[in-house]
Amino acid sequence: MNEALTTLKLSLALAAATSLCLLILATPLAWWLARGKGWAHDIVTALVALPIVLPPTVLGFYLLVAMGPNSPLLWLLRPFGVHTLAFSFTGLLIGSVFYSLPFAVQPIRNAFASLGPRPLEVAATLGAGPLDSFFNVALPLARKGLLTAFVLTFAHTVGEFGVVLMIGGAIPGKTETISIRIWQLVEQLDWPQAHLLAGGLLVFSFAVLLVLLRLDRRLEFAA
Amino acid sequence: MIEVALKGPYIDAAFAIPASGVTALWGPSGAGKTTLLRAIAGLTRLEGHVRLGGAVWQDGAQFLPVHKRRLGYVFQEPSLLAHLSVRGNLDFAHRRNIGRNGGRSVDRDGWIERLKLAPLLGRRVETLSGGERQRVALCRTLLSAPDLLLMDEPLSSLDHEARSQIVPMIADLTRDAGVPVLYVSHDAYEVERLADRTLRISHGRILDAPEPTPPSLDSLDDAKVRQLAVAALKAGIRV
Repeated sequence: MNEALTTLKLSLALAAATSLCLLILATPLAWWLARGKGWAHDIVTALVALPIVLPPTVLGFYLLVAMGPNSPLLWLLRPFGVHTLAFSFTGLLIGSVFYSLPFAVQPIRNAFASLGPRPLEVAATLGAGPLDSFFNVALPLARKGLLTAFVLTFAHTVGEFGVVLMIGGAIPGKTETISIRIWQLVEQLDWPQAHLLAGGLLVFSFAVLLVLLRLDRRLEFAA
Repeated sequence: MIEVALKGPYIDAAFAIPASGVTALWGPSGAGKTTLLRAIAGLTRLEGHVRLGGAVWQDGAQFLPVHKRRLGYVFQEPSLLAHLSVRGNLDFAHRRNIGRNGGRSVDRDGWIERLKLAPLLGRRVETLSGGERQRVALCRTLLSAPDLLLMDEPLSSLDHEARSQIVPMIADLTRDAGVPVLYVSHDAYEVERLADRTLRISHGRILDAPEPTPPSLDSLDDAKVRQLAVAALKAGIRV
C-alpha cells in the first residue's frame, strides 16, 4: 500500500510540474505562433507537433542520448555538479515537457488566434503597451484555452508510458510512475495490486476531468 | 492645428484642421475613411506625417506606436473588453491615463453620470444593448483624456431610436471635454447635426479644403431639430 502511495505521489508530482512548466513555456510560444505566418512559424509548428506523430520510444531514445553523461548538454552542466539527467526526476520532467508540448501549445494558440486583432487594438488606443495588453487583455480572454492546456497536459503526463520508461528506468520512488508500476505488477502476475492501482487511476482521472469541466462552466458564466 | 498627410495603396490624403470642434470625414463606403482614420491612430501603417500641435505622432523619421499617441478611438462595432464588466472597462482606461506620463485628472464620476452609466456599472458587457455599449465605449475613451478623438461610424450598428439619443450626447460631451473629434460617417444627418466642418473624401482623396457645415439646422432650436430628425429617420428619409 505504501509503495502504491509513493508511485501515485510521484505520478501526480510529475504531472503537476509538467503542466506548470508547460504553461510558462507554451504560452509565449503559442502567442508568437498565433501572430505570424512566415516560414519560421511553419517550421516551429511542425516541430511542436512532432511528439504526436513520433513513437514515444523514438522521442525517449533521443532524450536519453541528450541527457546521458556523454552528451554535449551534460558536458555544459558538469561544472555545476550535474553528471547525468537520465534516470532522474528532472530528466523525467524534461522528457514529459517535450512529450506534452503539442497538447499545451495548440489550445493556447487557438485561443489567442480566436481573439482577433480588435481587443489588442482597443487596449493600445487606451494607452496599454504590448506587455500590459498581453497580461491584462490577451491572457484573461484566452483563459479557457489555458485551462484546457493545463488539463490536457496533466492527463497526458499521468498516462505517459513509453518516454518515462526510456529515460526513467523505473527506479522505485524516483522514476517509477504509476503507469509503469502497473505494467510491472501485471508482468509479475500480481493482479490484485494491479487492479488497485489501475482502478484508483481510473477514478482519479475521471474526478479530475469532472472537476475541471465544472470549473470551465463556472468560468463561462461568471466571467 | 492637426496636420495629416498620408499615402498608401488606396489613400493619398492631406489636410490641416484646427484642433477643436468636430470635423466630419464624409464620403461613400469604400472611400477610404476607415483606413485613413486607422492610419492616423497608427493602427495601420502608411507613409507620411501626422502632427498634433507640437506633438509629432509620425513623420519620415519616427513612428509613435498606438499606445503612446494620446488618442481615443471609438470603433464602428462595439469593442468593449469582454472579460471585464462595464466598470472594469471604464477603469481600464482611467487607470492607464493616470498611470502614464502627464496623466490628466478627469471627472470620472461626472462623465459616468452624464452618459447615464451609473446603473450599468456592475453589468457584464454581453448583457448590454448596442446603444449602451457605444455609450460605455464613448465614456471609456473620455476617461483616457485623449488629445484627439477618432470615431469611426460609431452609430452605424444602432437603430434610429438609439441613434437619435446618442447624437446630441456626442455633440455636448465632446464640446465640454474640449477634445477635437474626427468623425467618420456617410450619414448626412449625423454630419449635419455634429460637425463644425466637413472634409469630403472619395477614392482615398480629400476633395476640398475644409468647409464649415451649413448652419441650416442650428438656426432652429434643439428640441425642434431633434423632433424633425427623428421624424425623418422614422420615415426612412435621408437628407
